[in-house]
Amino acid sequence: MDEMRYETPTSVNAAVKLLAGEKGLAKVLAGGTDLLVQMRGETVVPNLIVDIKKIADMKAIKKEKGGFRVGAAVSGAELGEHPELSKMWPGVVEATELIGSTQVQGRATMTGNLCNASPGADSVPALIAAGALAAIAGPNGKREVPVEQIPVSPGKTSLAKGEFVTSLFLPKRPKKSGDAYLRFIPRTEMDIAVVGCGISLTLDKAGTVLAARVALGAVAPTALLVDAAANAIIGTKLEDAALDALAAACSAACRPIDDKRGTKEFRIQIAGVLARRVALIARARALKK
Amino acid sequence: MSRHHISTTINGDSAEFLCDTDESLLDCIRNELHMTGTKEGCGTGDCGACSVLLDGRLVCSCLVLGVEAAGKKIDTIEGMAQGDKLHPLQRNFLEHAALQCGICTPGFLIAARALLEKNPNPTETEVRFWLAGNLCRCTGYDKIVRAVMATAAELRG
Repeated sequence: MDEMRYETPTSVNAAVKLLAGEKGLAKVLAGGTDLLVQMRGETVVPNLIVDIKKIADMKAIKKEKGGFRVGAAVSGAELGEHPELSKMWPGVVEATELIGSTQVQGRATMTGNLCNASPGADSVPALIAAGALAAIAGPNGKREVPVEQIPVSPGKTSLAKGEFVTSLFLPKRPKKSGDAYLRFIPRTEMDIAVVGCGISLTLDKAGTVLAARVALGAVAPTALLVDAAANAIIGTKLEDAALDALAAACSAACRPIDDKRGTKEFRIQIAGVLARRVALIARARALKK
Repeated sequence: MSRHHISTTINGDSAEFLCDTDESLLDCIRNELHMTGTKEGCGTGDCGACSVLLDGRLVCSCLVLGVEAAGKKIDTIEGMAQGDKLHPLQRNFLEHAALQCGICTPGFLIAARALLEKNPNPTETEVRFWLAGNLCRCTGYDKIVRAVMATAAELRG
């Protein structure tokens, strides 16, 4: 077997050149909490590991256009320690903080959670609900796409050879906006979502939902942005009938599998239950702003 | 290509080792530096037995590559007691019988110390959530949590 190489480029361009030029399998290393497990299980045996943590801004959280740009190597712990971002996007932060243990939080990143492309990734529904954008660098330059366009199937992304996600952008929030994320797991900590739901919404002065985005995880091959669910609550004050319609739209959008974590029927039902609860938390947060 | 030559700092002392790209920091600490206080449980980041601090941040050393340690500061269980004088956490683990086989203990101690440095007055719930990534299969968690709470109270004075 060829020797596995390890590089620590100090610029995005140098990283792209390494990733694009590798004939074998090249993997990006940020937190490593997925990659090292895959390497140990020999499901992934890279020829080249490109550690991006020496590149400027990969560990940075910066204000931009009233929102925040989060570098690809920012850990969950670092994200949660950022008071302004946590205040603006509490749902994104609580979703990210659900990933693994304290130890895993010390390394795991939102970008890695997105690019690992697990349907059950906790941060992804929250990021989709937030309307987050992924900044991508590659051999043909830079581009930015909505995060929901990154995962395409379990373990697979839309990134082309030589491309990697350099940061995630969380946009500015209008007044009276809130977001939230809940997942169902059969225990209280250290587990993978059976169903996850992220909702971001904006209210008007009267408390009517002006805008909403609803996303579900672990109920399809990728996390889903459910427009019908958002439409079910836009223009309402989240009365019981609106919450019923939200739950029904979420359940209808599910295309789950049966597995050891839960049955199809269970996931379909829980998607609606969670959506109701998440919407009410998001609304409570919006009313405080 | 030869193995990577890594210069790092462990428990305040400079240290050097050679490693392959795919060697975990845990394997480097144990097999190259022969510091065997840090234990391997699962090797996949689930059990916390290999907990160390990497630049002050609690991590599983099985989920860090040895090559990533270059220029970093690592703290392991070997740096916890000062000579013969046990850290208050170590003493309270003994007094509360918070260990049996001991494999998980170094990880619990490193993780608990990191908690108390961040939060000197944690609630029992905060202790339990912070330590959720440290698995113990013989003592059970109550004695461990009591030892941590007792240490927190002692350190607050």
